Amino acid sequence: MSDTQLTKKYFAADAEVKWCPGCGDYAIMNAVRAGMVAAGKPRDEVSIVSGIGCSSRFPYYMETYGLHTIHGRAAAIASGVKVANPKLDVWVISGDGDSTAIGGNHFMHVIRRNMNLNYVLINNKIYGLTKGQYSPCSEMGQISKTSPYGVIDYPMAPLKVAMGIGATFIARGLDAKMKLSEEICIRGAQHNGLSMMEFFTNCVIYNDGAHSKLTNKEDGENNCIVLRNGEKMIFGTESQLCLVQDGFAIKAAKVADVAESAILVHDEKNAEVGTLLAGMRPDNGLPIALGIIYAIEGKPTYNDMVHEQVEAVKAKRGRSMDDIMREGHTWTV
Amino acid sequence: MAENAKLTSAEQIVVKFTGDSGDGMQLIGNQLTALAALDGNDVNSLPDYPSEIRAPIGTIAGVSGFQMCLGDHKIYTAGDSPDVLVSFNPAALKHSSKFVKAGGIIITNSDSFTEKAMTKVGYTTNPLEDGSLAGYDVKAIPMFTLVRESLADMEMPNSAKDRCKNFFVMGLLCWLFNKKQQLVLDFIQEKFGANSKKPKLQVAEANTKAFKAGLHFGETTIMFQERYDLGAAQIEKGLYRNITGNDAAAIAIAAAGQKAGLIPFIGSYPITPATDILHLGSEFKDAGLITMQMEDEIAGICSAVGASYAGALAFTTTSGPGLSLKTEAAGMAFILEIPLVIINVQRGGPSTGLPTKTEQSDLLQAMFGRNGDSYMPIIAANSPADCFDAVFQAAKVALKYRTPVIVMSDGYIGQGSCPWKVPNFADLEDLRPYVGTWKPEEHPGEKYVSYKRDPETLARTIAIPGTKGCQNRIGTLEKNENGDVSTDAANHQKMTELRKAKVDNLAKVLPAAEIQGADSGKVLVISWGGTYGAVKGAVDRLIEEGKSVSGVNLRWVWPFPPNLGEMISRFDKVLAPELNMGQLSLLLRSRFLVDVQSLSKVQGDPFREFEIIDKVHEMLGE
Repeated sequence: MSDTQLTKKYFAADAEVKWCPGCGDYAIMNAVRAGMVAAGKPRDEVSIVSGIGCSSRFPYYMETYGLHTIHGRAAAIASGVKVANPKLDVWVISGDGDSTAIGGNHFMHVIRRNMNLNYVLINNKIYGLTKGQYSPCSEMGQISKTSPYGVIDYPMAPLKVAMGIGATFIARGLDAKMKLSEEICIRGAQHNGLSMMEFFTNCVIYNDGAHSKLTNKEDGENNCIVLRNGEKMIFGTESQLCLVQDGFAIKAAKVADVAESAILVHDEKNAEVGTLLAGMRPDNGLPIALGIIYAIEGKPTYNDMVHEQVEAVKAKRGRSMDDIMREGHTWTV
Repeated sequence: MAENAKLTSAEQIVVKFTGDSGDGMQLIGNQLTALAALDGNDVNSLPDYPSEIRAPIGTIAGVSGFQMCLGDHKIYTAGDSPDVLVSFNPAALKHSSKFVKAGGIIITNSDSFTEKAMTKVGYTTNPLEDGSLAGYDVKAIPMFTLVRESLADMEMPNSAKDRCKNFFVMGLLCWLFNKKQQLVLDFIQEKFGANSKKPKLQVAEANTKAFKAGLHFGETTIMFQERYDLGAAQIEKGLYRNITGNDAAAIAIAAAGQKAGLIPFIGSYPITPATDILHLGSEFKDAGLITMQMEDEIAGICSAVGASYAGALAFTTTSGPGLSLKTEAAGMAFILEIPLVIINVQRGGPSTGLPTKTEQSDLLQAMFGRNGDSYMPIIAANSPADCFDAVFQAAKVALKYRTPVIVMSDGYIGQGSCPWKVPNFADLEDLRPYVGTWKPEEHPGEKYVSYKRDPETLARTIAIPGTKGCQNRIGTLEKNENGDVSTDAANHQKMTELRKAKVDNLAKVLPAAEIQGADSGKVLVISWGGTYGAVKGAVDRLIEEGKSVSGVNLRWVWPFPPNLGEMISRFDKVLAPELNMGQLSLLLRSRFLVDVQSLSKVQGDPFREFEIIDKVHEMLGE
C-alpha cells in the first residue's frame, strides 16, 4: 500500500459491535485484523463471508467487503467468490454450529479442494444466537437448553476431521491467548490454500467456562500445549510435562521421567503426527494442541487449478462462440 | 431400384424406437432426427428412457424409447401416436405396441422372439404369429440373420455383428422415408472412420455394410407396399443444427457470459434430467465458462451466489428436488438482490418422483417455494431450441434487475431435440449495458450506497468486491438503503414493497403475449413451457376445423405479460392444459378472477394434440 498504512484499525468498521461483553469473539476479531494486515491487501480487496450465528455478525464490524449469508453455507459461497475473483483475500467466519452441524458437508469439501480461503472456526461449544443449545462440539454431559440432563452426543474434533480430508493448514487458538491467536491468523493469511483456524472461545451467557479446563489459572497450562515448529513438545504450569512417542500413539510424561531425546519435537509438516495432535484431549490424558499443528505449502489450490485449466483449454481448443454454436451437423435452409 | 413399393407423399410421420436401454435407442433416434433435419424436414423428438442405467435385459422395466415427428411443415411436438414403431425385442413390443396408430407399421426383429425372451415378458404365444397384432401392419424381419449374412466375410463375434442391427434399421428407414444415404455414410465415417476422434475401422465397415443391407432389404422386399416422401418444411432461412434443450441452455450460458463481458459460471450438482447442461457446460472452458460440480445442490447455488457477488454471471442448474434444496439460498439471492439464473429442468414429482419423465409440477414451487415475500421472475422455455433464448433472456433480466430469475424447462424439452436456427454471435444482444456495476470513477464525489436504486428499474447499485473504496457490508438480514441491518417496521414494509415492485415493474417492459388465432372467441387455450407445441398444434387444427378457439403461450410466467388479463377477458372460456394438477390455472384464477379450466395430465409424458382437441370440443359442448 502506498497511500494507506495497513493497520488493524484500518480494517475496523465504524460500527457498534454487538457481541456480549466478555465474548471471546472480540479477541478473535482482533487476531483476524492482524491476519489481514499480514496478507497485505487493501481493505477493498478483502472479502469476508459468514454464515449464521453470533460469530457470523463479524463482517458488519470490518471495513472490508462483507457478506453475511445463511446458516452453514459460508464455505460454499466463499468458494464461488474466490473462484470468480481470485485476487481477493477471502475470509470465512463461522461457528461450531455453522461449520460442524448444518454446514458440515461444505466444511469437508472446501478443505478437500484446498480452496485458498482463510477459514476461521470460532468454537464456543454452544449455539449462542439461538440462546443456548448444544452443538456437535459440546462435551458429553454438558447442560444446555436442549440437554437439560446432559449431552449424550459424542463431540467431534473439527481439526481431526480436517486432517482426514487432506487439510494443508490446521491451527488452533484460544481467546485467552491473544498473541497466539494473532500469530495463527498471520500464518493462516499467508498460507496458499485452505487455512483452517479453530479458535476456542468462551460464551459468557450460555456456556461460561467453555474452555476453563485450558484457561483456569491453577492448572490450565497442564491441559494444553502450544506447539512451535522445531521445538520440543513441553508444556505445563512449570514446563514439567512433555509428549513422547508411545507405539503408534503419543502420550504425556513428566519431563523428569524421560530422556531429553525422547521428547517429541514438533514438525508442522508431519501429517500423521499432526492428525494425532489434532485429536488430543485432556480426558485421554493429553493436552489440547494449540498453535500451528500442521502446515504444508505447495499443494495446488482449486482456485488456481480451475483458472489454469481454463487457460489450457483455451490454448488447446480455443473455440469461439460461433465455433461452439455451429458444432455437429449443420445445414443451411 | 425395384418398384416394389409405391412412393407416396406424406405431411408428417411419427416414428418411435423401443429396445433395451443398452441397445442404443437414443442414438438411433438422434441419427434419424439429424437425417430428417438435414434433408429439410422439420423435426421434434422426445427421448423416453428408464431411470435405471441398465435394467435387466429384455424386461419391460428396461425398455428405452425415442419418439420423433418429422414433417414437411413446422412441427411442434414429437407427435401423438406413432405411424411407425420399431421395436427391437419382445419386451419393447409389449411395452409400446399399444401406442401405435391403428393400422400403423410395426417393425420388429423376429430373431429376438425366442421362447425365453417372450416368456420373460409374459407372452404365452408369439405375438407376431398369434394374430394379436392384427390391427397393425407388422413387419417381422429376421434382423440378426440378415445382418450376420451381410457381415459373413468379417471376422467379428456374432455379438458384435448383432450390434449393427441399428444401422440395418437405419438403412431400411432411409429407404422407407426416401432419405439420402450419403448422410448416414458420412455419419458413420465421422463417428468411427479414420479421421474420427477414436477410429474404429472395423466398426465403421461393419455398420456401413449393415446399413447398405438394410437399404437393399427395403428395395428388394415385397414386405412394404408404400414408402413415404416428406417435402422440405418451409422454415426460416438460415444455418441450422439439431439441438436438445439442455445443450441449448449450456451454450446460452457461455454466450450470455461473453456478451455481458463477465465470467460465465455454473455452480451445480448432477441431477436427472438437468445434468446434460453441466456436462456440456464443462466442455466450454475455452469459452471461459467455469463450472463447479459442488458437493450438493445447496452448495451448487451457494457457489453461484458467491460467484455472482464477486462479479461473475452465475447460473445454477437443477431439477425439482434440487430446486427444493436450493430454496433457502434462492431466497438469499433475492434479498441480496444479485443477478442469478436458476435453471430448473422439471421432472415428475413429488420427491424423487419420476426422475426421467417429464412434468410441469414445479411451477408453484418456483413461484412460492421460499419463505417471506420473494416472488422472482419466471421464464419458461417452450421448445428445445427455445432454451437458448429463454436462458439468454433470463440472464439479461437477472443482470438488469439484479434479481434471481428462474428458467423453467422440463424433461421433454430438456432432452428432446429440434432444429435450432443458429444465431451469429455478433447478432446477439450486447448484455454489457445491463451489468451496470458501480465504478467510482464514473461517480466523482459520490459515495457508494449499496441499496440505492435505479428510479426506473428499481435495481440496486452493486459494487463488486475489489472495487476501489466501495467496501460495504450486505447480508440476508433486512437492511435499509445503506445496507445497514434494520429491524425497523416501516423499513421492512418499504423494502418488501420495493422488492415486489421491482419484479412487477418487469411486466411493463415484457413483450406482449401474442395471440394465435382470433383475438376474441369462445375458448382461449393458454400454454406455458413444454405444453406450447401440443397446444399450438391443437389450436391450429381446431382453427382449421372452423372452431372459435385461440391460443396463447406464456413466455414469462411471472410476472404475467401485461396484456394477458385483457386478452383473457375477450373469451367465453379459458383452458390451461398442464402437466400438473392445475398450478398455472391456480395462478391465473387468483390473478385475473377468471374461471380458468385446467386440463391436467401427470403421466410422465407430454400432451398429445388430440387430448387438447378433445377437451376443447367438450368445452364447446360438442
